[in-house]
Amino acid sequence: MSPAFAAANMIQPLNFAAPTRSKERLFSDPLKSPNTTPFAGSTHNLRSHDRPNSWSQHNRSAAAAVVGVSDLVKEKKTKSAYSSSNLLITKQEGLELYEDLVLGRSFEDMCAQMYYRGKMFGFVHLYNGQEAVSSGFIKLLRKDDCVVSTYRDHVHALSKGVPARAVMSELFGKTTGCCRGQGGSMHMFSKEHNVLGGFAFIGEGIPIATGAAFSMKYKRELLNENCDDVTVAFFGDGTCNNGQFFECLNMAVLWKLPIIFVVENNLWAIGMSHLRATSVPEIWKKGPAFGMPGVHVDGMDVLKVRNVAMEAITRARRGEGPTLVECETYRFRGHSLADPDELRDPAEKTHYAARDPIKAFKKYLLENSLADEAELKAIEKKIDELVEDSVEFADQSCLPTREQLLQNVFSDPKGFGIGPDGSYRCEDPKFTEGTAEV
Amino acid sequence: MAATFQSLGASSSLSTPNSFDSKLFHVPRPKSLAERKGGSLFVRSDLFPDNGSKLKVGRAGNLAVNAVATKGHSSSTASKPGHEVLLFEALREGLDEEMQRDPCVCVIGEDVGHYGGSYKVTKGLATKYGDLRVLDTPIAENSFTGMGIGAAMTGLRPVIEGMNMGFLLLAFNQISNNCGMLHYTSGGQFTIPVVIRGPGGVGRQLGAEHSQRLESYFQSIPGIQMVACSTPYNAKGLMKAAIRSENPVILFEHVLLYNLKERIPDEEYVVSLEEAEMVRPGEHITILTYSRMRYHVMQAAKTLVNKGYDPEVIDIRSLKPFDLFTIGNSVKKTHRVLIVEECMRTGGIGASLTAAINENFHDYLDAPIVCLSSQDVPTPYAGTLEDWTVVQPAQIVTAVEQLCR
Repeated sequence: MSPAFAAANMIQPLNFAAPTRSKERLFSDPLKSPNTTPFAGSTHNLRSHDRPNSWSQHNRSAAAAVVGVSDLVKEKKTKSAYSSSNLLITKQEGLELYEDLVLGRSFEDMCAQMYYRGKMFGFVHLYNGQEAVSSGFIKLLRKDDCVVSTYRDHVHALSKGVPARAVMSELFGKTTGCCRGQGGSMHMFSKEHNVLGGFAFIGEGIPIATGAAFSMKYKRELLNENCDDVTVAFFGDGTCNNGQFFECLNMAVLWKLPIIFVVENNLWAIGMSHLRATSVPEIWKKGPAFGMPGVHVDGMDVLKVRNVAMEAITRARRGEGPTLVECETYRFRGHSLADPDELRDPAEKTHYAARDPIKAFKKYLLENSLADEAELKAIEKKIDELVEDSVEFADQSCLPTREQLLQNVFSDPKGFGIGPDGSYRCEDPKFTEGTAEV
Repeated sequence: MAATFQSLGASSSLSTPNSFDSKLFHVPRPKSLAERKGGSLFVRSDLFPDNGSKLKVGRAGNLAVNAVATKGHSSSTASKPGHEVLLFEALREGLDEEMQRDPCVCVIGEDVGHYGGSYKVTKGLATKYGDLRVLDTPIAENSFTGMGIGAAMTGLRPVIEGMNMGFLLLAFNQISNNCGMLHYTSGGQFTIPVVIRGPGGVGRQLGAEHSQRLESYFQSIPGIQMVACSTPYNAKGLMKAAIRSENPVILFEHVLLYNLKERIPDEEYVVSLEEAEMVRPGEHITILTYSRMRYHVMQAAKTLVNKGYDPEVIDIRSLKPFDLFTIGNSVKKTHRVLIVEECMRTGGIGASLTAAINENFHDYLDAPIVCLSSQDVPTPYAGTLEDWTVVQPAQIVTAVEQLCR
């Protein structure tokens, strides 16, 4: 049994004043009234590690969480940082993490503002509350590792290194955006930083991530490149009922692909509670069903996430195959900026607001003397300025011109075909100006 | 049925000068149809009339493009250069050559590896290149197509096989949303050089689901190209061109054409993805077709020529985009168009082609465009019903006669 995975639930480096998830579960099924017979998917029967106030229960639950860990992982001994000291990170790592968390939060808050001011339109899905998952995983990756996300992708792109200016411009639909304004909120791509999207339909990105991992294996085994890059695929609880999820879990294990499947279980798929949609709500259990370790981690705690991520990424780099990590997390805002978010129980929201990953981490840094107030304030100020700058940059950038419309339809524009005059359409100068008929 | 064609210019009762130069071929003196069985005559199917078309040579690079039958070249058909292959072998040759040439080319599909492909297109490739490069997948079309797309985005060049084109309906999500779109939504950052191929079309009593023609469903997807092969020569050429293309290409093969035999060149060649193929130049009417219907058209052409008509037959080959130059030149010459396709009537390739020709060449038409397509029915199992679903040569002859009245 891997100590790291067990530790994910046993050790709580962040001292919460508020009750932790392990002690109380306050999410509720809105349709369930206290007087009815508990429905089979009742919350009371789930998440065995959530019995209140019992350390032994908690131990048992930790065991339950790792019962899915495969034999391969059990044999591995992780050299955990905390075995030599009580702290999981160095000061520098701590500051880096903090900066990333704050960047994610500030950026998303600014997005909301800009949306309501009419600077961006359409579907915008904000990541507030889930920052620990993005920072916990992506800050461990190298530049050549790939990240594949969903429509809730702004923060994944930022964590991976895409400049805030590029993301904000993309949201404003300007040519300076990371996708030239052609993708928008739900399609953040960066070749330089290996962000492979940004997908509007859930589940769509998982095969793409599987393909990227396949490439990496191919390069390593057939092209003899020293490739130990990994791919991390982020998706939500709703996606875990989709065929593409299961098909890819199967293929990833079959071919031992260097991929980590990260489920950001925030309990809600727009207005559909995870419990109402899923016969077996413990998503981590689905990993072992396919032969890969399934791990459950508290996604509001960046250090726990980072710990699990470290193990999963190392596994993948060593060629041992995929891991399924279920991060329990929560989104503080609605599904998108168009969602009034009236369905979720206010008590549930309050419960999670109290477990804000940024506040908790700040507290951790201060209490463990990894940083002082001044340093953290400086980081916050720096991020504020960065985000303001990104808005200014986006504002001042140009909107795409007509000639951009047809430019990226085909990589090889001969694909537009041969016109009546015998030359390829793309050779027509009016075509590039955007005034030719197609 | 080999890719043969008989030229019968001299016997035409209309005695218009045959625009196709019989000196280019070893044309036997006209014999009766009964004696002409099995025809040893072989036509290089990319013959273009000498109209000074500037675009043909050199379009697709430095290779023997299109093998335009110049006068010098065709006289060597007597010594029979090249080698004979069946269409599925030609596809395999193309694939094999490309895999040798570029180590990033790989094959993904069901039963492509150990089984060799259900139509033997990939037979022997797994032994040669290994199980990772010729990957046998589980039955998960949507996901393995997406996997191929993800692999293409990160540097590989996968050839994704649908065991039957109809199965790719399950991959429609990935083909439409990712294959066609990601180059655009990423602002041009990621290219997706995939080839998606597989057999489709109406076979011999395969039943409704296995007899689908997906070209009409995919044609609206922006960002993809679609080609349909019909002879061993163009099958190999299109396969190679598709693999080399940076765009995602869907290559439609036909279940009934895999055993066509033809002599193809020994030297390497690629055909253009965007060009149509002139099968038989003529004067009276332009018949546009693709894939299996090409053979029904050519069969009808024999009858028509006997009756004194001179049809120009063009295999459009590129279903998306259409080669409006070749088509347009033909329309300008003959002023009458008949489209013969295997797609369903509603929303098929023929419907789009009719619209495109009307838009671009309306002034040149002397008659409305006639489109013969398959019936809008799920393909029945019964042989007789199945025969009535698709266009038969007799219908083509009737249509030409009516159009040329």
